[in-house]
This record gives sequence, structure tokens and C-alpha cells, in this order.
Amino acid sequence: MRPGRRVFLRVAGSAAVASAAAVALGCAASGIRRRRLGMAIDVRKCVAADGCRSCIDACHRAHNVPAIPDVRHEVKWIWKEPFERALAVEDADTITAALRGRSVTVFCNHCDNPPCVRVCPTQATWARDDGVVTVDAHRCIGCRYCVAACPYGSRSFNWVDPQPFVPSPLSPYPARTRGVVEKCNLCEERLAVGQLPACVEACPEHAMVFGDLRDPASDIRRLLAERYAIRRRPELGTRPQVYYVI
Amino acid sequence: MFMFEKALRGGRGYWAWMTVLLAVAGAGAWSYGVQLQTGLGVTGLSRDITWGLYIAQFTFLVGVAASAVMVVLPYYLHDYKLFARVTILGEFLAITAVVMCGLFIVIDMGQPSRVLNVLRYPTPWSMMFWDMAALGGYLALNVVITRVTLEAERTGAAPPRWIRPVIVLSIPWAISIHTVTAFLYNGLPGRSFWLTAMLAPRFLVSAFAAGPALLILLCLGLRRWWRLRVAREAIGSIAVIVAYATATHVFFLLLEMFTAFYSQVPEHVLHFRYLYAGLEGHAALVPWMWASAGLAVVALVLLIVPATRSRDATLAVACAAVFVSLWIDKGLGLIVGGFVPSPLGAVADYVPTARELTITAGVWAVGAAMVTAFFKITTDVRASDR
Repeated sequence: MRPGRRVFLRVAGSAAVASAAAVALGCAASGIRRRRLGMAIDVRKCVAADGCRSCIDACHRAHNVPAIPDVRHEVKWIWKEPFERALAVEDADTITAALRGRSVTVFCNHCDNPPCVRVCPTQATWARDDGVVTVDAHRCIGCRYCVAACPYGSRSFNWVDPQPFVPSPLSPYPARTRGVVEKCNLCEERLAVGQLPACVEACPEHAMVFGDLRDPASDIRRLLAERYAIRRRPELGTRPQVYYVI
Repeated sequence: MFMFEKALRGGRGYWAWMTVLLAVAGAGAWSYGVQLQTGLGVTGLSRDITWGLYIAQFTFLVGVAASAVMVVLPYYLHDYKLFARVTILGEFLAITAVVMCGLFIVIDMGQPSRVLNVLRYPTPWSMMFWDMAALGGYLALNVVITRVTLEAERTGAAPPRWIRPVIVLSIPWAISIHTVTAFLYNGLPGRSFWLTAMLAPRFLVSAFAAGPALLILLCLGLRRWWRLRVAREAIGSIAVIVAYATATHVFFLLLEMFTAFYSQVPEHVLHFRYLYAGLEGHAALVPWMWASAGLAVVALVLLIVPATRSRDATLAVACAAVFVSLWIDKGLGLIVGGFVPSPLGAVADYVPTARELTITAGVWAVGAAMVTAFFKITTDVRASDR
């Protein structure tokens, strides 16, 4: 009995030391500054270019997003929404004339506390370390719980086979099938090769500023330090990472 | 094994009824085949209203499943002898309802072949994972309980002692299935209609009205057309349960409306306004919601007045009114109403397609066939011991 207990204590002791070391290492690792990617949209520049679709076309071409004519079955990653709706302005009559009745670009907010990720029963959608919220279309079971959970309407479900509606020529981005959910992925495939998101690159007004929100010297942080910015429905606690500079 | 052979012997009426049900189920299966091939675009669902008839039926039926507790609890915890012969009917109804729930969930999925991903990547922070676990457990409990207690009835022996703790466990488990189902909806930011702690209590009390109302209708039908006798006093006691539960349901609904309309917070008001008055010219659910309200009032009067509650004909009308009223409230209004207006303020109507209705009818036919078979087995077991 005694040697057995001694061995047990020794093993338990070394396990405790090992796990303490692992925790210490983990802390050290988190000391390495990770990026927190986000976007700022200069609303005045965006609304001034009324009818501009450059960002939408660039994104939807880059990701083979189908152009489905039936609005009920629409799939969209990025689109224009009336300013009052996008930013939940109660009284549209009194807002500044420059914004009244105008539309502004909206897409996934890549929330810091994303409800879509919380509800997904298969972890088919998740937030990367740099904050990009992305979807694995091959794991998605098509339950649409994430669509119900997103307070921004940023997620689309493939009600029909998207292939016939994908604009040609096809881009290299993987195609989706019917029955899965998709949304803006902040161009993770472009970020991986050092490119900017397609919408940012395409914007003729340079109204979209992309960057690392943890880096005080980044363009996005400098813009946010200079001008007043709001986020979509911050009261919900989702901590959106897309800023609308007014 | 489940004494299924008894369900395979029956008169001409029995087989005619079963044939009708299987034909409807077959039509549903055919329609589902079409949906499987072309996608959920065959339904009336859309980008803004992403859940509809299927998920609403699922929600309603979880309630029917949970409501077995209303006969099981008095009998097993309070030794309420009158319910001795109805508990098993309640449990069979629960098994059927859970199976229907599973069918509706799979039917609603965009990629049903991947359903096991829920188990392959268990995700405890997703309420859907817990719902699957709770419903699976509840189904297993009731299969074991009905099997053991019916076998005891057949042999005329007392059921084994170990089954009692299993039955007692099924009581809180029943509460849990409907609570978790409410949690599916009421933890979502931006869906104000569901973002209320009242949702789970509302789910439970409407379940405790609709489920037992269905059980009464079945018992009355069995008395009339079949040999299965359920004591009038037992039915009377269930009717009292239905009366209290319906009254509480209406009370809870009015509480929700007070909070919305007195606070006048638009995102709380608008959903109720859409359901009961229509919004921006969209009013597809308005007649349904008022029908639900009207039926609830009729049912309450018939259930509260002792004379109408104790007469079979009026009780049947009351129970049918309760069932239809709550089916509309939960099976149409509660789910669709949560999506309109959308978080971005879009207002649209949802109208199920013929394909969707056929699939839904098919699942209900499967349920009706299951209940018929289960009740037939019970009837035959009881007839042979007389």
C-alpha cells in the first residue's frame, strides 16, 4: 500500500508542476501581441457615392456569391442598407441632410462576442485569433440557428442551388452547395497572401479602412482617434468590429 | 418485442384508418424527396424568415411530449389512483411527439446527412446540443417506462421496483425538454420577441394545456369508438388541469403584452403589432392570431363552467378549441412573429407552400399512426386481462 501511495503522490506532484508550467507558458504566449482585425467606413464618403456598387461587385465576384433574382432566396455578403436602418436611427426626419435617405455599406461585423458562434451546434462557424468570424461550409448542417442569432442580418442561407446564379468567370474561391450558411469572411483567403480585403481595394472613394485595431499606429486607429465613430447596435454586447465614422 | 404484433391485427376500420394515414405519410415522404433534391427553397421560408412551419411544429410538439408529466406526476408522486390507466397513454403520446420532433428537425435542415455532426463535435455552449440531448434522453426514458409498465399490465404482476426511480426521473426531465426548447429562442440578442424570461414558463403552461387537451380528446374518442375505458373521473381531473393551464397561458400572454405596450419600446411592440394588427400592409397572421384568441376565450368559458366541463360533448369542443388555439399561438405566431420585423426592420409575410404543408401533414400522419398503434396495443393488452 505505502509504495503505491508514494508513487501516486510523485506522479500527481509532477503532473501539478507540469500543468503550472503549461499555464505559465500559455501566459507568455498570450504576451505575444495578436492582431485584432477590423474595419472603419467613412460614412460621408460612402453615401456621397450614391449608387456605387464597387465593393459589392468586387466581393461577390471574388467569392462566387450567386446573384439570385428572387429576394427571398438572396445570398449577400456585403450590401447597401438605408442609413437609418443600418444604424437604427429612430427619427429619420431630423438627421443631417447629407445622410437622410442615403444607403451605407453593411456586412458581417466580425463581433468580438459573436452570438452566431455561440449558438452553432457543430462549431461550423468560429472566430479566429485575429477576430475574423468564418464558416466551414462543409461542416454546416444548415440549421440556420446562426442566422436567427445574428442581430445584423449578415448571414445568408442557400435556399436553392447557387451554382446557376454564380457570375462568370468563376474565381478560385470554393463554391458552396444548397443548404449551407455563408457570409463575409473578411477575405481571409486574401489576407493569407498579404492582400487587402476585396471591398477595401475596390472602393473608389477610399471610404473603407482596414487594419489592426490593437496597433495604435495603424490607419484604422488613427482614423478612429481623429473622428467620431459609431457601431451597429453596441447595446447588444456583441462588440462589433466594424466602425462607422460619421 | 414491444408487443407490436398486436398492432398488426385489427378490424376493417382500423386498417382503413391506418391506410389513410400511411397514404398521407407517403405523400409527405414524396414531397420531402423533392425538397431534398432541390433545397429548402421549395418552402415559403426566406432570407428574413428563416424558420417557419417545421420549427414551429417541432416547438409545439416538444410541449405535447412534455405534457405527459401532467398525468405521470399526480399518479407517481401523489399516488393519484385515478390516473393509473391514463399514464401510459400520456407516455405513448410523449414518445410519438418526440419522434415527430426529430422528424421536423431533420426535415428543416439544409444538410440532413450531416446531422450527426452535432454529436461528432459536441458543443455544450449551443442550446441545440442540449435540446438534442434532452429529447434523446426523454425518448429513451419513455420507451423503457412504457415497455416495462405495459409488460407488467400484461402479466398482471406489479412492475419491477427499479422502474419507479426511472419514472420519477422522467418528471423533471419532461420540464427540462421544454425549458431547453425555450432557451433555443430566448438567448438571442436582437430577437426582442423571444428575449424574455417568460418564454420558458409560457412554453410550459401552454404545453400543459394543449397536451392534456389532446389526451382528453383521445380518451373520449377511445371511449366512443373503441373498447378502451378511461374513467370519467380521470378525464374530469385532466379537464381541470387543462382549465388551469389555459387560464395561466392567457394570463402570461397578457403579461407579455402589457410589458410591450406600456413600455412602448418599438422593438417589443412591433412584433405584437405585426401578429395582431399587421405591419406595413403585411397581415397574413392577423386572422389566425385573432382566431387563436377567440378559441381561447371559448375554451376558457366551457372549461370554467362546471356543467360544460363535465359533459362529454362540450368538453370535447373545449379541448379542441384549446388545442387549435395553442397550435396557432405556438405553431405559427411564436416562431414567425419573432422574425417579423427583421432586426433590420424588414417586414414580409411568410406563407407556407403546398409542398411544405404536405410534408408537415405527412409527419402528423406518422404521429397519428404511431398513436393509433400504441393505443391499439394498450387496448388489446387490457382486453386480454379482462
